[in-house]
Amino acid sequence: MFDNLTDRFEEIFSRIRGKGRLSEAEVDAVLREIRAALIEADVNVGVVRSFIERVRANTVGEELFRSLSPAQHVIKVVNAELTNALGGENLKISYASKPPTVVLMAGLQGVGKTTAAAKLALWFRHQGRNPLLVAADLQRPAAVEQLRVLGGQASVPVFSVPGDPVNTARSGVEEARRIGRDVVIVDTAGRLSIDQELMDEVRKISESIAPNYTFLVVDAMIGQDAVNSAKVFNDALALDGIILTKLDGDARGGAALSVRQVVGKPISFVSTGEKLADFDLFYPDRMANRILGMGDVLSLIEQAERTLDKEIAEKGAKKLKGGKFDLEDFLEQMQQIKKMGPLKGVLSMLPGMPKEIRNADIDERELVKVEAIISSMTKAERTNPDMIDGSRRLRIANGAGTTTTAVGTMLKQFKDMQKMMRSMGMGGPSPTKKSPNRSNSKKKKRR
Amino acid sequence: MITVTIVLAVAIVLIASTIYFVSRNSRSKLSPPSNSSIVTQLPPKSPETGIAPGKAESFPENLVPPADIKRGLGRARLAFSRLFGSILGSNGSSQQVWEELEDALLLSDLGMELTNRVLEGAKASLESTGETDGLGMAEAVKAQLRSLFVEESRDLVYSEESPTVWLVVGVNGVGKTTSIGKLAAMAASDDRKVVLAAGDTFRAAAADQLQMWAERTGADIVRSIPGADPSSVVFDSIQRAAARGFDLVIADTAGRLHTKSNLMDELRKLRRTAEREPGHLTEVLLVLDATTGQNGLVQAREFAKAVGITGVVLTKLDGSAKGGIALAAEAELGVPIKLVGVGEKVRDLIVFSPDEFLDALLDVDSQDDLSNED
Repeated sequence: MFDNLTDRFEEIFSRIRGKGRLSEAEVDAVLREIRAALIEADVNVGVVRSFIERVRANTVGEELFRSLSPAQHVIKVVNAELTNALGGENLKISYASKPPTVVLMAGLQGVGKTTAAAKLALWFRHQGRNPLLVAADLQRPAAVEQLRVLGGQASVPVFSVPGDPVNTARSGVEEARRIGRDVVIVDTAGRLSIDQELMDEVRKISESIAPNYTFLVVDAMIGQDAVNSAKVFNDALALDGIILTKLDGDARGGAALSVRQVVGKPISFVSTGEKLADFDLFYPDRMANRILGMGDVLSLIEQAERTLDKEIAEKGAKKLKGGKFDLEDFLEQMQQIKKMGPLKGVLSMLPGMPKEIRNADIDERELVKVEAIISSMTKAERTNPDMIDGSRRLRIANGAGTTTTAVGTMLKQFKDMQKMMRSMGMGGPSPTKKSPNRSNSKKKKRR
Repeated sequence: MITVTIVLAVAIVLIASTIYFVSRNSRSKLSPPSNSSIVTQLPPKSPETGIAPGKAESFPENLVPPADIKRGLGRARLAFSRLFGSILGSNGSSQQVWEELEDALLLSDLGMELTNRVLEGAKASLESTGETDGLGMAEAVKAQLRSLFVEESRDLVYSEESPTVWLVVGVNGVGKTTSIGKLAAMAASDDRKVVLAAGDTFRAAAADQLQMWAERTGADIVRSIPGADPSSVVFDSIQRAAARGFDLVIADTAGRLHTKSNLMDELRKLRRTAEREPGHLTEVLLVLDATTGQNGLVQAREFAKAVGITGVVLTKLDGSAKGGIALAAEAELGVPIKLVGVGEKVRDLIVFSPDEFLDALLDVDSQDDLSNED
């Protein structure tokens, strides 16, 4: 999400960075480019206009010309406005003092409401709650069945009665009270914002169950229309937040920005994958940092703490410091990193990652191959790769199901890497740009 | 905090180096030339095939004549009409009108690049003709928009030998299954015998949803257990259609984001299965949601690359969305928009016509009755 936006901003800023003076025409040109970047990211035209106007109001004038580095000033203003546009705190759920806490899900067709409902149920379960899912989408064929299956996967009971959706929703909340579930999530039928009848229906559902939280489910791929439909839903239902789905695609997600601006409601949750667990609270401030290329270190730390084995990580760090990082450690650490999820995701959270790396086509299967090669070595070979001669190489290749060339290349790359790590020590600048022999070894590679 | 820092440092160093490692490996092998053959040569279309909008009489009783595209376009049309109304009233050279026009095009999700192209083109043609009035400007813009559409038949193609196979693909939640239901109804009203292949074995209850459509339209359905190999479902459907002398197999597929390379590989395999005798694959239809923004273009590009789409089905055009992205896709990839969904009823899937679409969008005269309707 927003990755392309980050790239575009980087590109635009790099052209003015370091300029001693900025003429008004130059500022105009930058603003035009920012406008194009935002529109291409599906931010609403109206929202873009007011964004640009605010930036312009804060950049032109005396301050800009007094500033020692005018470009820096422009960047600062854009950053501030962007943080402001996305800004706000993340959602902190306050549970109803008299359970159950009622949650209503609404949205257009096909945005992923039913799946989001099940994911939210699982999220509540992980918070130590006992949710009940209520299937009040009686419109789409087999929607109830879909929620049943998903509820089964999340180990959350699903309630539904055929007939009238308003009645179903109400009975669902009563059922939760009766069997002592403390959170009720009501899934409703997808509807078009211009369909008055269906909008009335969802309003009636809302009135009859008086939800504590009403979430609008929005597809991250949505275009300019996001603003219209969000407005209509907000008028009918008084939304509490937005759930943004399908963030695992390459949509630029500008709609998130416009919806927040126009409706004034924050993004509360994001859904980032096909698995039910791929769902989490949204942290607006962290996302703003990510857009601006400042990385999302907080999320990374949390994720690292959750998944990494501290001892192994510390051991690795020590070895790194002492310059004794060998293949054995590499294997161990690699297995750790894998636990943190797809490399690309982890990478996007790192600050200061050059674009070439963020966008590199990462094939996770390569990791498996590397792992297989190292696993096929003896302990001694792993600590002292120099001892690997032709026959050992052949044995390793056979064990890993690959060629001796691949083993050779891997060893050479590891050596390069060792050198690189030694030269940069800990926490130095990003090493990847000045990797030695890069073009050389690329040429040598063949498959 | 110290341990956290250490953990983090290791993570960063390792990730950076691993990436360095992996990206070098994978970059050097840069995917072998795509072997997915793209259908460029479809069997010649026989005149009686395809779905003619005028075939109202032959629809079964519950399938009344196709909906009116104007009604479906609803708001989109209204916005444009208003705009064109104001253009007509203006003198065409005012900067403000051009800006309004730009906004309107951008708001339809046409995208920055095409919007600029349309506006620049219109300005250039106005300059050459020397016209400055509003009417001339409206005509020029319309002509520019018209030129973005490809000149290609938008009829759905049947092969000469049965069974014809249509593969329906797209990202999650665009309305694939519903579109297939409507397609089945169209084909049935054309006296075609249809088998639906429940190739979405991933989404919970997708097959049930398709089953309901099969019952509603009198089509046959082949389904399997959840998680089954979709290719086998498609294979079985074609076998069944051939054995029983059915005309058409419409294959549903699980929604997949075009960024999931393993799922796109699965789709390639599905296509190969659908191409195999006795089936005759004539259509790979990409279903695009009209509310989709600029990502729709990426979707079209990626699906075209993977399985060679022959047409676009634009759904949910009855909302306030304008589907400009489908036009962008048509202009860039040359893949025609073949059908549009303008409502929830079976009959609300209609054959697309660029001229009707533009007339409806830009029809100034009838904006009053539309406002009333609204």
